[in-house]
Amino acid sequence: MYPESMRNLIKIVEKSREERLKQPMMPSFSVEEKKNLLSKFHPDFKSEKMRQLLVGPNKEEKTPHEVADLIEAYSLVNPMKYKAGKPAYSVDVLVIGGGGAGVAAALMANEAGAQVLLSTKLRLGDANTTMAQGGIQAADRPEDSPVIHYLDVIGGGSFTNIPELVRALVMDGPEVIGWLEDLGMMFDKDAQGNMIEIHGGGTSIKRMHSARDYTGGEIMKTLRDEFLNRRIPYIEFSPAIELFTDGEKCTGALLYNLETSELIPVQAKCTILATGGSGRLHIQGFPTTNHYGATADGLVIGYRAGVPFLFMDTIQYHPTGAAYPEQILGQLVTEKVRGLGAHLVNIEGKRFVRELETRDAVSAAIIRECTERNKGVVTPSGQPAVWLDSPVIDLLNGEGTVKKQLPAMWRQYIRFGIDMAKEPILTYPTQHYQNGGLKIDEFGRTPLKGLYAAGEVSGGIHGRNRLMGNSLLDILVFGRRAGRKAAEEAKTLEFGELGLNHIKKFHKELKDAGIKQERYSPMILPDYRPEHLRQRTAPIIP
Amino acid sequence: MDETVTISIMGKKHKVPASLTIMRAMEYAGYKLLRGCGCRGGFCGACATVYRLPGDYKLKVALACQETVKDGMYITQIPAYPSIKQTYDITKLRPEAQTILYYYPTTYRCVSCNTCTKSCPQDIDVMGYVQAVLRGNITEAANLSFDCVMCGLCATRCPAEIPQFLVGILSRRLYGKYIAPKALHTRERIAEIKAGKYDQPLEKIMKMDTAALKKLYEERKIEK
Repeated sequence: MYPESMRNLIKIVEKSREERLKQPMMPSFSVEEKKNLLSKFHPDFKSEKMRQLLVGPNKEEKTPHEVADLIEAYSLVNPMKYKAGKPAYSVDVLVIGGGGAGVAAALMANEAGAQVLLSTKLRLGDANTTMAQGGIQAADRPEDSPVIHYLDVIGGGSFTNIPELVRALVMDGPEVIGWLEDLGMMFDKDAQGNMIEIHGGGTSIKRMHSARDYTGGEIMKTLRDEFLNRRIPYIEFSPAIELFTDGEKCTGALLYNLETSELIPVQAKCTILATGGSGRLHIQGFPTTNHYGATADGLVIGYRAGVPFLFMDTIQYHPTGAAYPEQILGQLVTEKVRGLGAHLVNIEGKRFVRELETRDAVSAAIIRECTERNKGVVTPSGQPAVWLDSPVIDLLNGEGTVKKQLPAMWRQYIRFGIDMAKEPILTYPTQHYQNGGLKIDEFGRTPLKGLYAAGEVSGGIHGRNRLMGNSLLDILVFGRRAGRKAAEEAKTLEFGELGLNHIKKFHKELKDAGIKQERYSPMILPDYRPEHLRQRTAPIIP
Repeated sequence: MDETVTISIMGKKHKVPASLTIMRAMEYAGYKLLRGCGCRGGFCGACATVYRLPGDYKLKVALACQETVKDGMYITQIPAYPSIKQTYDITKLRPEAQTILYYYPTTYRCVSCNTCTKSCPQDIDVMGYVQAVLRGNITEAANLSFDCVMCGLCATRCPAEIPQFLVGILSRRLYGKYIAPKALHTRERIAEIKAGKYDQPLEKIMKMDTAALKKLYEERKIEK
C-alpha cells in the first residue's frame, strides 16, 4: 500500500498518462551520446570505487574494491598442511554449479558418455537462472538472422565483445530454443505454435522468447527434472573452495560440505566452473537482484589457478530494481515490463529516456534523473526512485495483460498491497549481472588445460554490457558446449595429482605484495546478520 | 530501533523490527541461513515456511523472503520434504493422464479437500490441476500449475500423499513436448544454420573494424 504522500505523486503520473500514450517512443541515443551519459552517470565510471589488483594474471588492472577484496585474499585451505589423499570421487567431468549452465553442461557430458559428478553450493537449481524472468533471445523469426543478432549484441556491448564468442552465442541460439522445446519447456506461443517474441532493451528485432515472466524458472525446472531423470550423481550444499592442479592442468576440485564441514577432494579429468556471478558482493553498496549464493566463488578459485579474467571493471546495474516497498528493495522488476510498453516517468509525470535503450544507458539515465536533474521521487525510507508506469501495459495490450504475462511481478507487488496493473511502481538501478569473468574460448575452455567455464562466471561474450535475454541464452549455449567438449577431452586425459602448488604460489605473491593474512575467500555466502551479533559469533568456517 | 514485534522461530522468541520479511527477521535474530534460503526473490521455493498467528488455529504458509513478520508469529520452515520424484524418459512417454497416474498413483486418491490450494504460497489452484489430470486434461493441468516454484508445501499437507508439484512438472513437460504446437520457424532456422547459410555473412561482419560496425549499428532498422 502506498502512503498518502505517495498517492498524491501518483496522481501526477495518472494525469500525464493519456498524453504520454500518444507520444512516440523517445529517440535512441547515438553512440556518442551514450558514451557521454555513461561516463558521467554509470557507476562503472566512478574511479574511486575501483582499484588496481596487486596480484595474479590481471595484476595492475582495475576492478571494484569488493571484487579486489576477494582476489587479494588467502585460501580457506592451508596449502602447506592440507593433503588431499585418496579422492572421494574420480570422474571424467566434474561440474561445479547447479544452475542453468552447470545442469546443461552435465546433461551434455552425460549424453556424450562421460561419467559426470555435479556439485553445488545450495540446492540443485538454486541459481540466478531460476530468477531470470523476461526472456531468452534467439534469432529464429524469418525477418531476423544470427547476423542481426550479432550486431545487436556487439553494439550493446559497446563493440568490445570477443567476436568468436558472440558468433557461438547467436549461431547456437535457435538450436537451444529447439532443445528446450524438445525437453518439454512451455514457451509463450500463438495458436499455430509460433513463438510470441517481443523487444528487449537494445534489440533491433523482436526476438525475446518467454514463458510468462517465469522464463528462467521454467527453464531451470525443466532442466532439473531432466537431470534427475538421468540419475546423474550430484552433491548439494557442497561448494568448491579450491581447484586442484598438477603443474600443467586442472585435476579436480576441493569441495566443502557446508553442513558437516567435511572436505571432499574430487578428482576429475575435466572440470567445468559454472558458479555464476557476484551480485551478493553488493558492489558500491547497491542492492541486488541476485541469488543468495552469487558470491564470485568460481572467479576467485579460477583466478588463483592462473586463469585471467576479462571486463571485471564493469558490472551491470539493472535499471529497474524495486525501490518500494522496502521489503523487496533491489529485487528485479523484469525488463519485460518495459518490453510490454510501460513508461519510465519522473516526478513531474514526464518520460526522460527511451525505455528500451541498453541497460547501462537506462540505468545511467535514471541516476541522472535522480541526481543532476533532481526529478526523482524519494520513498519514505529515503530511497531515490523513478516511476515505472505499469498500468500503461493493459491500456496498450488489453485488460488483463499484466496478470497474464507478468504473473510473478503482479504477485510480488500484490503481496504488499500494490496492484501494478492499476498503480505505477517505483524503481531504481540494482546490481544485476557480472558482465566480465574468466577468459574462455568458444568451447568454454579456459587457458588452463582441463578447466572450463560457462555462464556468468565467464567473460567476453557480452563485452561491457549484456542485453536482456542473452544471459539465459549464454548459459545454455556455453554450458552445452563446455559439457560436450569436456566429455570429449576427458577421453584424452589421464587423472592428475590433486595438488595445491598454485595456492602456495599465490600466497607467496600475496605476501610479496604486502597483503596481510586477514581476508579469506571464496566468500561462499554473504552474512546478513547484524554487525553487533556478528562480532560476538565464532566463525563458521575455520 | 523502529517499531518491533516479537516472533518465535522454531519455538524460540526474538524481538525484531516490524518492517522485515521473515527471512530478514531470522537473519536479524542472528541466524546465518543455509537451509531455507535460496533466491531471496520468490522464485526458487527454498524458504517454504509455515506459521501460526496468536488466537488463530489455522496454519498459514509463506515464502519467507516475500512475507513481512507480524507480532506473535510462530515460524517453522520446511526446507526439504521426502516426496518421491519418479524418473522417466520423457521421449518415451505418451501424453496421457494415464502416464501421470502411472508414475504418481496417489493422484487417484485426491479427495478434493482443497488443502493443497490453501497451502500454496503462490496462490495456485493446486487442487484444480490435480483434478484436471484426473479428468484427462493435461493442457489445463500444465497451465494451472505453471507458476509453481516447487516448494512442496502442497505435498506436506496432502492427506492423500500426492506430490502435487511433481505431478505439475510432469504435466507441463508432457504438454510442452507433445501437446503444444511446435514452433516450425525455429526448426527452419536451425536447418538454415546447419546448412551454412549464415557462415559467410557472419565471417564478414566479424572482420569489420569498430568504425564500420558502429555505422552499421546506428543505421540498423528497428522493428516497430
